[in-house]
Amino acid sequence: MSITQRNGSLGAPALVTQEGSRVLRAGFIPLVDASVLIAAAEFGFARKEGLTLELVKDVSWANVRDRLAFRQFDIAHMLSPMPVASMLGLGSNPSPTITPFSLGKGGNAITLSTRLFGRMQEVASLSDQASALDNAKALAAVLAEMRDAGEMPPTFGMTYPFSSHNYEFRYWLAAGGIDPDRDVKMVVVPPPLTSDALAAGAIDGFCVGAPWNMVASERGVGRIVAAKQDIWPSAPEKVIGMRPEWAEAHPETVSRLIVALDAAARWCDDPANHDGLAEVLATDRFIGAPVDIIRHVLAGEFSLDAQGHRRVIDRYFTFHGDMANYPRPSQALWIYAQMIRWGQTGFSDKGQASAAAAYRPDLYRNAIGLPDSVGQDDFRVEGSLETDAFMDGFIFNPAAIEDYANAFPVRSHLAQRASSADTDT
Amino acid sequence: MLQPNLTILVIDENAIRASIIEEGLREAGHDRVTVIHEVNGVARIIETLKPDVIIIDLENPNRDMMEHLFQLTRTVSRPIAMFVDRSDTASIEAAVEAGVSAYIVDGLKKERVKPILDMAVSRFNAFSRLQRELADARSALEERKVIERAKGILMKMRGLSEEDAFALLRQTAMNEKKKMSEIAQSVVTAAGLLM
Repeated sequence: MSITQRNGSLGAPALVTQEGSRVLRAGFIPLVDASVLIAAAEFGFARKEGLTLELVKDVSWANVRDRLAFRQFDIAHMLSPMPVASMLGLGSNPSPTITPFSLGKGGNAITLSTRLFGRMQEVASLSDQASALDNAKALAAVLAEMRDAGEMPPTFGMTYPFSSHNYEFRYWLAAGGIDPDRDVKMVVVPPPLTSDALAAGAIDGFCVGAPWNMVASERGVGRIVAAKQDIWPSAPEKVIGMRPEWAEAHPETVSRLIVALDAAARWCDDPANHDGLAEVLATDRFIGAPVDIIRHVLAGEFSLDAQGHRRVIDRYFTFHGDMANYPRPSQALWIYAQMIRWGQTGFSDKGQASAAAAYRPDLYRNAIGLPDSVGQDDFRVEGSLETDAFMDGFIFNPAAIEDYANAFPVRSHLAQRASSADTDT
Repeated sequence: MLQPNLTILVIDENAIRASIIEEGLREAGHDRVTVIHEVNGVARIIETLKPDVIIIDLENPNRDMMEHLFQLTRTVSRPIAMFVDRSDTASIEAAVEAGVSAYIVDGLKKERVKPILDMAVSRFNAFSRLQRELADARSALEERKVIERAKGILMKMRGLSEEDAFALLRQTAMNEKKKMSEIAQSVVTAAGLLM
């Protein structure tokens, strides 16, 4: 048995050579959720599969998208909604993009300025153990007070129009009864600038990935009011994106890449490896943030503010466990539903098929050697388990996307107008 | 043939490069060119200016902010698409390679925009070349300085003429297959240790 395996792995590099270079250029944005990709390159997992990962740090998601589209990158660290948006033709330069591998779950949080949080405490007498929903409702109360007093609505930062951060921030606000398009102003702020923008008063809150929430709370300029897990534990975060025609032309390379990433992800999940990982991530080549903060982020030890309020989130990052690397199409469809909810696109059968096609669990199953029967769950109902509930108790049935998007009491006026126009005709 | 001039917005944090591009655009007869160096308040500028073409460098992290802005174009301004002709991959790749990205009002004729993009790409490349040359010139100057110092040390310590000191450095560099500036640096370092 072991001999066959060894023969297999000895024979394969020739195949890779047939497919061209074994050097893959991969774009990434400096965030802790790029850990699996970075670990695959830095801790030998790619090499073991006969691949060399050449990592290129970039400054914006728009760049990552364009450099992947125009073949400067073979693969890229991407926001989970980016392949979905690309397949739907949304955004300024949509080019077909698929993902065969999810880089894990968790890592995001919502941080508000200490000043705004102070007002929430006054209005709603929040306890230290206040839930994400309590916090959202308290913010709604403050906003009502601000409206009455004729104050300017707060400005909130997120990272990209097609980002988990945009949808999670909106989900949290709306669960508290806040209309993100009417009651507040949403802007885009590059993640490394969020803490400074909050300190300078340019924004009053933000939703971004690690370590930037903790950077702001440790500086005493922000208070973390919700983590990604509070909104929906299963929400996908970052993925590995690639061009479908490239994947088709390089099946062996894709397969080896998935195996390497999967092994790296398993390694990243083990707390025993977190010190080594944190040290590499902290360097300027990758994230360029204090190693202590990165270590805490990996452990899920959150400083909520600078006054020493702490919260430990179990599995704040899940890099591998619970099938975290499996790109489940129902997740892509949930993202599609959020795009409809917020008026970025309308529902159509064609749209549904395109959105689902962005996530390619078949490539993952083939590479890892999982039976096809695993695919029976590809279009599962999301949020029905108590351990995997959405913060507002909604349940997502991928077979009824339109009903789901229209059922939310808070959703885009554009979406409402579109759907009422449909019923008129 | 008379067509109204295009309104062009250049966003570049690098003021020198921005002015090089602006100059190129004006030379090409575009007189409705606005250059901004930071993106604060860019939404309002786009709203009032209604540019046909926006040129922004790829190193600008605020590109994501622009993307968001264009998502809201239903309320802000007209739809804007990146690159004119998606089938012209060669020129798009050249633009990305050079570090230029452009947003163009949908429906604009590509014959009108292509020369603008080509010009921006060539000016971006010219600027990179300029920077490289400047860096080369700087290091050449540094090298000459260290050679001068090494020469002075040799003249003083070994009583050589300037010419002989120079010849000695050159000969040693040739023997050791190194650059003269490297040998000179060793002389300077050694002298620092010995004196």
